[in-house]
Amino acid sequence: MESLNLFIKSIFIDNMIFAYFLGMCSFLAVSKTVKTSVGLGVAVTFVLLITVPVNYLLDTYVLREGALTWFLGDEAASVDLSFLSFILFIAIIASMTQIVEMVVERFTPALYAQLGIFLPLIAVNCAILGASLFMQQRNFPNVGQATVYGLGSGLGWMLAIVSLAAVREHMKYNKIPDALKGLGITFILVGLMSMAFMGFMGIKL
Amino acid sequence: MNKERKEVLLSPLDKKNPVLVLVLGICSSLAVTAQIKPALVMGISVTVVVAFSNVIISLLRNTIPNRIRIIVQLVVVAALVIIVEQILKAYSYEVWGQLSVYIGLIITNCILMGRLEAFALGNGPWDSFLDGIGNGLGYTIILVIIAFVRELFGSGSLLGFQIIPQSFYDAGYVNNGLMIMPPMALIVVGCIIWVHRSMHKDLQEK
Repeated sequence: MESLNLFIKSIFIDNMIFAYFLGMCSFLAVSKTVKTSVGLGVAVTFVLLITVPVNYLLDTYVLREGALTWFLGDEAASVDLSFLSFILFIAIIASMTQIVEMVVERFTPALYAQLGIFLPLIAVNCAILGASLFMQQRNFPNVGQATVYGLGSGLGWMLAIVSLAAVREHMKYNKIPDALKGLGITFILVGLMSMAFMGFMGIKL
Repeated sequence: MNKERKEVLLSPLDKKNPVLVLVLGICSSLAVTAQIKPALVMGISVTVVVAFSNVIISLLRNTIPNRIRIIVQLVVVAALVIIVEQILKAYSYEVWGQLSVYIGLIITNCILMGRLEAFALGNGPWDSFLDGIGNGLGYTIILVIIAFVRELFGSGSLLGFQIIPQSFYDAGYVNNGLMIMPPMALIVVGCIIWVHRSMHKDLQEK
């Protein structure tokens, strides 16, 4: 039950884009057509689903204060490596995206052809690193919840980019002031969508 | 300082602004702009990291193999960000708490990768340093403008000092609570872009 709660919460209430502005760069650049945005959304969800649990294990068994006791015995109880978390998380993310890219290329060439250009970009997507850092901050009790959180955040991100792309496809036919065309109106649009998502705040499951 | 160098330093403040024109670094910038102080600290941290990572990558640019350059860049940036984070944690713990994960997200801030790829890989260290400072300041300015609007209307204060007098509140003035919520950050950026592009007609999209 708790996992379901967390899942819904991470999609709608703590939405990566509308509540935390994570992954905005590719969100704005790739959301021109629905088709490509679905591709990027799937890729991000996929990578989040893998990196968040892996980083969770890394955090719990290596980085946290006293985490090394299972390996080095009681004298390691005061070792705190958490200052290394940025560099290790980003290394895990970069190598995971590389592995995911190779696996996808090997086993599903059709999917690779679709996601191909997006996968390398994901290593520097703030949403991926952001999810790992939030995971670290929230102290999830087990790896299952961390996985659910990763999946939920990814789906929330995908929901946001696909819906923005759908609106932008229709916006081509509208009359917009010259100076506001393109980037300006997109920001205002995302702001309005974010306002709509604020309606989910305060829902308790 | 000759004219070209001046151009490198000053153009990111206006015509080539990283946030408004190149759309880089939006990711972590919007979330820290509810008040001026964290926005200012964030801007300075990014400026320092961009400037020094630009210099380091520029010094290494002839020795880095092309295929693994992204990883090398990420490691250099991550190391600098860790230094900045530890300094902030040591000397201004309160701001560190407010910025929370967004300091870590400087690593994936697109301004860094963008400048490293576009400038530092092809220019000398001194030019790269100026480019980093210029872009960092361009980013800081936008952050401070957004934070100014949001803090003034959202909390009635600037840098934590009360600006709107108490008599206004007594007469029924109320702070606009929406201003400190996420949506208004986006809308304020949209309006700044609108104003900026009205001034520079050549930047408008067809």
